[in-house]
Formats: sequence, structure tokens, C-alpha cells
Amino acid sequence: MSLAFTLRTPPTVPLEAEVLTPARLAGLSAPEAAKLSVVHGNERADLGEFFQVQGTADGGGAGEFRLTGDLSRVKHVGAGMADGRIVIHGSVGMHLGAEMTGGEIIVEGDAADWVGPEMTGGRIVIKGNAGHMVGAASRGSAVGVRGGEIVVFGNTGNEAGHGMRRGLVAIGGDAGDFAGVSMLAGTIVVLGSLGWRAGAGMRRGSIVTMHPVELLPTFSYACTYAPLYLRLLLARLRRLGLPVADAQVSGRYQRWSGDAVELNKGEVLILEA
Amino acid sequence: MGSSLRIVNGRVYDPANGVDGEVRDVCIRDGKIAADAPPDAKRIDAAGMVVMPGGVDIHCHIAGPKVNLARKVQPEDHRYDVHPRTRVTRSGTGGSVPSTFATGYRYAGLGYTTAMEAAVTPLGARHALEELHDTPVIDKGFYVLVGNNVLLYRLLQEGRLEEFRNALAWWIKVTKAYAPKLVNPGGDELWKGQRNANITSLDDKIGPFELTPRKVIAGFIEAATALGLPHPVHIHCNNLGHTGNVATTLETMRLAEGRRTHFAHVQFNSYGPAAGKSQTNPTSGAREIAEFVNTHPNISADVGAVMFGRSTIMTGDAPLAYMLRQFGGTKWVNADTENESGCGIVPFTYQDRVYTNAMQWAVGLELFLLSQDPWRMVFSTDHPNGGSFVTYPRLIRLLMDREFRKARMAEVNQKALDRSGLRDLSREYSLNEIAIVTRAGPARLLGLTRKGQLGVGADADVTIYEEDPDKEKMFSAPRYVIKDGELIIEDHEFRVDHEGRLLHVAPDFDPGIEQVIEPFFEDFYTIRFANYAVDDRYAPHHEIIPTAPQAAGARP
Repeated sequence: MSLAFTLRTPPTVPLEAEVLTPARLAGLSAPEAAKLSVVHGNERADLGEFFQVQGTADGGGAGEFRLTGDLSRVKHVGAGMADGRIVIHGSVGMHLGAEMTGGEIIVEGDAADWVGPEMTGGRIVIKGNAGHMVGAASRGSAVGVRGGEIVVFGNTGNEAGHGMRRGLVAIGGDAGDFAGVSMLAGTIVVLGSLGWRAGAGMRRGSIVTMHPVELLPTFSYACTYAPLYLRLLLARLRRLGLPVADAQVSGRYQRWSGDAVELNKGEVLILEA
Repeated sequence: MGSSLRIVNGRVYDPANGVDGEVRDVCIRDGKIAADAPPDAKRIDAAGMVVMPGGVDIHCHIAGPKVNLARKVQPEDHRYDVHPRTRVTRSGTGGSVPSTFATGYRYAGLGYTTAMEAAVTPLGARHALEELHDTPVIDKGFYVLVGNNVLLYRLLQEGRLEEFRNALAWWIKVTKAYAPKLVNPGGDELWKGQRNANITSLDDKIGPFELTPRKVIAGFIEAATALGLPHPVHIHCNNLGHTGNVATTLETMRLAEGRRTHFAHVQFNSYGPAAGKSQTNPTSGAREIAEFVNTHPNISADVGAVMFGRSTIMTGDAPLAYMLRQFGGTKWVNADTENESGCGIVPFTYQDRVYTNAMQWAVGLELFLLSQDPWRMVFSTDHPNGGSFVTYPRLIRLLMDREFRKARMAEVNQKALDRSGLRDLSREYSLNEIAIVTRAGPARLLGLTRKGQLGVGADADVTIYEEDPDKEKMFSAPRYVIKDGELIIEDHEFRVDHEGRLLHVAPDFDPGIEQVIEPFFEDFYTIRFANYAVDDRYAPHHEIIPTAPQAAGARP
């Protein structure tokens, strides 16, 4: 049986738990895992003060573990992970999977702000909603996500995919404002609607939406077409469980080029009604 | 204070007193170096170690509004370099522009006990003093930017030289500065008045003024000499960073005409004309500059070496920042300071494969290796412009270790190296010379008679390094650091926190000058005249270094 953590004492202030990665937990027994050090507010504490730990970790870095409870104040879960799998039954706090390079994180509930900032590989799946800055560049950085996938079934806040260079951010619901702001490349798919100023300052990359959207004046209409890659991509998102309709897979899309204040090599694809 | 110390068995390098690696005792009493210490004094056995005065940085950028802008513009630089608190020291952030507390601790952690912030606008003096107050351990001061000051220009233009001198003294005194600083004199006026304009020669007309940089620089040298300041005019020359600027630099040096003048980060002003097919790739002008400094004892300089890696260009030279931003990448800051100065900030990375960066690196090393008088060609990286001060140990190793230098030379852009003179230089610095360029020399150039030396009566700022063939390792982490007689670092760990002093000058002036300055303030400044002078609350812990007339007058 792999390790299972059940939140017993919800933290009153943010709990920084970078230790919750498959690599750090590899080969540990439940009592050993409970001894791992976390930071509660500005004080060090043991993981066991907050979580009931059961089972034994799988060997190697590619193990799997489960977290259960309202973890909305538990930050940095899976940060920097390289492989393995984390399943969270409940909601989770900020900086989930920050800078992860591989592996998979599944969240059955909601995620707070900063899901997968600057990740370079792996996959994060949020079954509920996510906060602001999904797959974004950390403040000050020029480059955000460099690879990997983030799939959010619900809605997201502002600045999804901020500064992303490669990889995929797929949003089943609506995206907030500034989706794909300062994007360098990569793909953002929004099945719901886009907020204001999508793609502001984007250089390259694609933002796909299924609803009419008012773009910035620095985006210009190019053509209407049915890009083949989109068909493959949407079919894949459907396999991942997102509600992609047949009309979207086979649909034609308006291509808008932008942002003209930058390279103008990016695109926003809007499904034709 | 009050405690006594006796350091025994260490090899002492105290060039100011002619001590070159002798094993002898150093005694400390009441915060000063003493001839003897009481028998119950704490003893430090420095066997196998090197004892030097605390380091003195003559030119760095560590406090004030522009430094804070540089911190704000690059939060990413801080994320990976957290400076944790300890039992006795406070926390901070690092990167190329560390927070105030981290700056003080990191300087002390390298064995430095004095540092001079090299460019503060008069209007920014309050902010700079507050930050310097929060910079622990080290003694510090700042140079005040006066080289683009509109009122001073007016006085100079109208030939009111006595008022000019009095106004300069007033500005230095009311801001609690240490020395007058000129940055690209005349450049700001053009930059502010015309699109992308800059000064290109000493004889360019400065915007609306009937002045040229030549006249401005000569005027300041004249006035500062008359005031008898402990440190002379500190000049960032025109055309800094431009290919072929060596001619301007030499011309500026000639303006000194035998009077003491300090040239900041000359590496950035030692570029020869473009080479080969390139219109812009500079050659090395290090030999000409080094030769001029070698043969003119009134001229002093700090090198401003370039070290590869992350840095932050931070300058009062706004047009220069504009030029660099096109290479720099994604973000920059440009700011203007009313009638006083400009300002530009560009996060920057020096890359060893890039021709220009490799040339800059080579020119810095050449200047060091061609200098015949280490007392007048002293150590700096113009932190953080040429590189962070945390790269000092590596720079020391490059100077002391020929083989290490050769290995590094093999990795940089070879075309640049071919056009520099670095391959011909096999000199290695001795520990005594390092002690001069990092301590004794800067202290002497600053007129700090009690710093940079271990004679009786000197400030008890002492650093003890464990000898190591790897000089980078040796200078990275002193075993002991003593500041004002207090053992701050023992066995590489901070034992106590310490607050250093503000070092400033207060030259005398004719109080009548305020009647000249005040109306200008009421017409053009956003701040009332009465609120401008910085009062003593901003310097709770300070020391006034006397000017030459003050020192002479104090004597019976």
C-alpha cells in the first residue's frame, strides 16, 4: 500500500510542504514520513502534527501517494517533482507542482493560485476550479511554463499561461483576464470564454477559445480555417476527460494575429459560430 | 568596544606601514589598534593565517533610490538567494542587488568593513542614508551626484566661481555626502532635452548652457581642490561603454593638470577603436590608460572589472542605460531626478562567449596587470555593474593565479582575447599587492587615515583569512572578522551584530550662498528649501572626516 496522508489538524496559517513529493517520500514508512519537516507560518513543524499518515511509500522516485482533506492552506505540494504521482482528494493550496519537471498530480477538488508556475514537464489535472496564475511565470521572470500539461476542468483566474514558452494549458470552463499575457510560445485552450485582454504582449503561441471574444486592437484578423493540429489536440483533451464537442473538433476557426506591439507571430483562434 | 584582543602568530600584511607578511602580534584596545593588550585580553591564534586590515570598497552601489528600484525590478533574482536570519543577524535577499541587511553581512563575510555608495542624487540622500543605516557591520558613506546639477551649471556658466565653490560645499554638507561625483557630465541635459541625445566629446555644447563637459569637469576639479576634500572629484567619464572612448578618458585625465582626481571604473572607459570589419567591436585601450595613470601621480582610478554572469547595470548615466537595454533583454528602468540627475537600470548578463563582454573582462584584468602603482589603481567591479561584490574572491584569484587565469582565458571569446593584450601578461599579484588594492590603497585615496592599516591608533577593522593555495576559497570566507575591535565573525560564523558608522564630510562654506540657492529652489524644485537639508537624525552614528583646511585649523 502506498502512503496516504489524511489532514487531521487543518493549519491555521499557510503550511509550506515542499516535502510532499514522491522523491522525498520514497522508501519511507508512515512514522518516518510523519517526521518530515514543514514550515507552519514562520515556525518549523513536523508533517505528522497536521497529517495522519498510513501505509508505506513505494520504492524509488516513481511512487504514488494520496492526500485527503481540505488542503487549501497547504502550499508547494509536489513542487519540483520529477516523477511519480500525487492524488489529492480535496482542495489544495498555492504553488502546486511549482517548477515540476515530470510526474503527475491529480486534484479532485479546487486548486489555489499559482498552479505549476514555471513547470518544465509532467502533468497537473485539476477536476475543480483553479485560481490566478495557472502555469505562469513567477513575478519578475520572463519565462513561464517550458513544458508539460495543465488541465483544469473548471474555471481559472487571471493570467493563465503568463509568459509560457512551451506546453499546454487546457481550461474546461472560463478563463479570467489576461490569459496568455506575454506568452512566448505554447498553447492555451479555453473551452469556456476568455476574459479581457487575452494574449496581451504575446510574441508567439496559440490561444484557442470556443466563444466570441473582444480582442485588443493590436490583434488583426488573418483567415478562417480548420487547423489540423487543433483537431488532434482537441481529440486528446477529450480523452483526458474534458467536454469537447464534435462541432469543436471539426469546426472552423477565425485566426487573429497578434500581439502587434510585440512580434505579431502569435494567434488567437476563435470557433466560428 | 571596551574589549581587548591579541592576535598572535598570524602573517600580517599591512602595506601602509610597510609590513609584508611578517609574523607579529596585532593588539586591539577600545576599538583601536594598540601597541599592547592587557594580559587577560582574548587571544586569537592566527597560526597559518593571514592578517589584513578590513577591506575598503571605494566604489559600489548599495543604497538609495536607484538601488531600491533595481531590487524591485528583479524579484526573480531574490527567490533563489534567500539570506536566512541567524541567532544574531537579520534575514534578507541576495542576487546581484542584495537587500540592505544582506549587503552588510555579505560584505563583512568577505572581510570588508568599509564601502562607499558611489552615486546618490542630493534629493535621494535621505533615502540613501536610511538604507545605509540599515546596512549592518560596515562603515559607509556616499558620493553625491553634482555633475548634471542645473544651478551649479548656471553659476559656472556665469563665471561665478566663488559661489560655485560655496554651492558645491553646501550641497556636499547638507546631504552628508563623502565626495562629489560627476557622471557623464552634460549627458543628462541633452538626454532630457532631445530625443536619444548624448554627449560625444568634451567640447560638445551642453544643451541650453554655454558650457562644455571640458569646462564643467575643470570647474569641479578646481572647486574640490580648493575645498581640500579628503577624496577628490570622483568621475564617471563621458562616452562610458562606447567603442573608442579611450581618447575621451585620456583627455579628461589631462584636465586634472596635476590636481588629485579619481576616475571611477576605468575599465568601462578604456576601449580602443573598432577592430576588423566590425563597426562596433572595441579593442583594448587598457595599455594607454594604465600608462597614463602610471606616469601621473595625481590620478587615481578603480578598475571596475567585469565578471561573467548576472549583474545589474545601475547608473546615473541615463543614455547609457538606454543603449544597453537593447542588449539587456526584457526590462529596464529610466528615471529622472528633477534638476539633479538621470538614472537607468538594466538587469544584464555578461557572457564569456560574447566578444564585447570578453573584451571588457580582459580590459579589466589588463588594467590591473599593467598598473605599476597598486596604490592608485584599486580594486572594484563597480558592484553590481561589472559584477556583484561576491565575485571579489574570484577576481583576486584571477590576479594571483596565472594558471587559473589561463584556464579561464581558454574559455572566453578568442577573437576578443586576440585583440586584447591579456595573453602577453604573466604577472601575478602578491598578497601584499592584494592588500594594497583592496584595503590600503582605497583607504588612502579616500583620505581615511585610520582605515586600511594596522598601525597604532587605526580603527580596529581586521580580517583574518586561512591561507589556502586556492585564493578564491581563501578570500571567500575569512575565519575572523573584527570591526571596531569587536569580534563579529569567529570561526566563519557571525557572533554579534554590529552597526557601522556613516562617514561624511562637512566642508565650510559662506552661509550667504543659501540666499543664492533658495530662490532657485522655490522656482524649480518640488521640495521646499527648508526641507531639503538632511538633519542629523538621519546619521545617528557618524564620523565627520575633516577637509584639509579643517584639519589644519584643528592643529594648534
